[in-house]
Amino acid sequence: MSTKIIKQGIADSIQDAGRFGYQHLGINPNGVMDSIAAQTANILVGNIIHDAVIELHFPASAFLFQQQSIIAISGADFTAMINNVIIPINMPVIVQKNSVLRFSKIKEGARAYLAIRKGFNISQWLHSYSTNTKANAGGHLGRYLHKSDELQLNDTSNYSTLLNNHDCIILNWKADIKDLYLQNHTIRMIKGNEYDRLNESSKKILASSSFVISTQSDRMGYRMKGEKLILNNVQQLISTAVTKGTIQLLPDGQMIILMADHQTTGGYPRIGHVISTDISSLAQYPFNTAIHFTFIEQHEAEDLFFKQYQYLQQLQNACTFRLQEYLLQHGID
Amino acid sequence: MNIYAIGDNALTISFSNIIDEKINKQVLSLFDLLTQQKIIGVKDIIPSYNSLSVVYDLIEIKKQHHRPFNFIKQQIEQLIKDYPVPLENNYRNITIPVCYDTSFALDIIELAEQKNISVDELIHLYTKKTYRVYMIGFLPGFAYMGKVDERLATPRRKSPRINIAAGSVGIAGEQTGIYPLASPGGWNIIGRTPIKMFDAKKEQPAFLQAGDEVQFIPISLEEFNQQLL
Repeated sequence: MSTKIIKQGIADSIQDAGRFGYQHLGINPNGVMDSIAAQTANILVGNIIHDAVIELHFPASAFLFQQQSIIAISGADFTAMINNVIIPINMPVIVQKNSVLRFSKIKEGARAYLAIRKGFNISQWLHSYSTNTKANAGGHLGRYLHKSDELQLNDTSNYSTLLNNHDCIILNWKADIKDLYLQNHTIRMIKGNEYDRLNESSKKILASSSFVISTQSDRMGYRMKGEKLILNNVQQLISTAVTKGTIQLLPDGQMIILMADHQTTGGYPRIGHVISTDISSLAQYPFNTAIHFTFIEQHEAEDLFFKQYQYLQQLQNACTFRLQEYLLQHGID
Repeated sequence: MNIYAIGDNALTISFSNIIDEKINKQVLSLFDLLTQQKIIGVKDIIPSYNSLSVVYDLIEIKKQHHRPFNFIKQQIEQLIKDYPVPLENNYRNITIPVCYDTSFALDIIELAEQKNISVDELIHLYTKKTYRVYMIGFLPGFAYMGKVDERLATPRRKSPRINIAAGSVGIAGEQTGIYPLASPGGWNIIGRTPIKMFDAKKEQPAFLQAGDEVQFIPISLEEFNQQLL
């Protein structure tokens, strides 16, 4: 059975942790923008953490569940509703057959992630479920989700004894991931190879001024608006590989932060790299958010990301235990 | 040689600051070595003209109680020490048919006029050379090839086109390349190939890879239409 898109969102797609191993062929990794939220949604429904999820932007798709399912939404809070009941983010929800999931209003964040227990019955392209809209491959038909698309689901469980004729049941445990996101809009970065090309006043501006996320930002990159940064050395670079989080300085003196759909190579000066730990926070900032930058060392960035990983591991252990226990009590595998 | 971080989960080994065939061979030799070695945590190895970048899984390496950046850097430095001489690569020789009909070759007349040569001379100068694929980047399967005859070298167009058809062959500076997919772009378009340069359905989706030696064969519009079938 399946879930059907009955209303089209602006840019909703199937993503996982990304497609790696093919960048030497120019195939960019794609994958979720906010990996904390995607992992949390999977954890709540008992999936492996890097399973495919639906990344939603507002206005988001509406889904008709043509079977009973256990779902979880994490990341942005778009005021999700099952029929007419508001359901919370970061909690597992059992959904009745023929219920409709819709998103009515942005409360917080920029991207929501929908995970469904046991995942989607779709095939991988080059070992990943992520949608590559450039190559028209991966995910569902290599594109954003359209109205009337039907996504086949793997789950065949019957949750009738739990639902007891309700449209949905909200399970009573919550993933607390608030502390994994930045509270002060200060993005941490490590210095890039061309950082020292900045003149002294630009270095000061970078470390002290605020920069605004422009409306020309998308899954490829976040364009920043702020005081112009100026290079002492404008010698052209030969194109080389770039990564998610790379902060390039464009010829007009403004920065772009490369995000999940970044090209594999680039030739603009790299003044810094947003640390992996903070990419999720960045992914949730809406347009026109003002942010600051601060520098940390490479080994600090490594330690922070490992700490985030350990927190998510603990969360997974706790949630998997709760869900398994709950389902077993009711005789569901 | 210089190794530097390009994020907390990737680094670049820079060989030099120039575009040079010998340097590029060293890059691809290390690419082959690293591909064979299967170092723990390595997720992507990306060659460019003069550098090689490695993307790694920070968690996998940290679990082994290593400092990820230091660990990958040391592994690579050791490898370079163990194999000081570039490996003999088996380069593929590839021929690509290209039609220079003006219906495809949007910039060929202007380019010929600008260079003060005839269109036929331009095609002759372009096709008499063999081009090396230095790297793949920008788009899935987009091969950066060089170098074109200096009489054909031309900067990118001032205003890029919004949509360039898949298969379009272009020149930018001393480089030449083929758009594998329809895309915006600023290269000077001089022809089009009927070959699918990127096919997601294939196990090897990109037609070209770094290190290939490419020869262009001129074809007529009729031949182009036949080959496309």
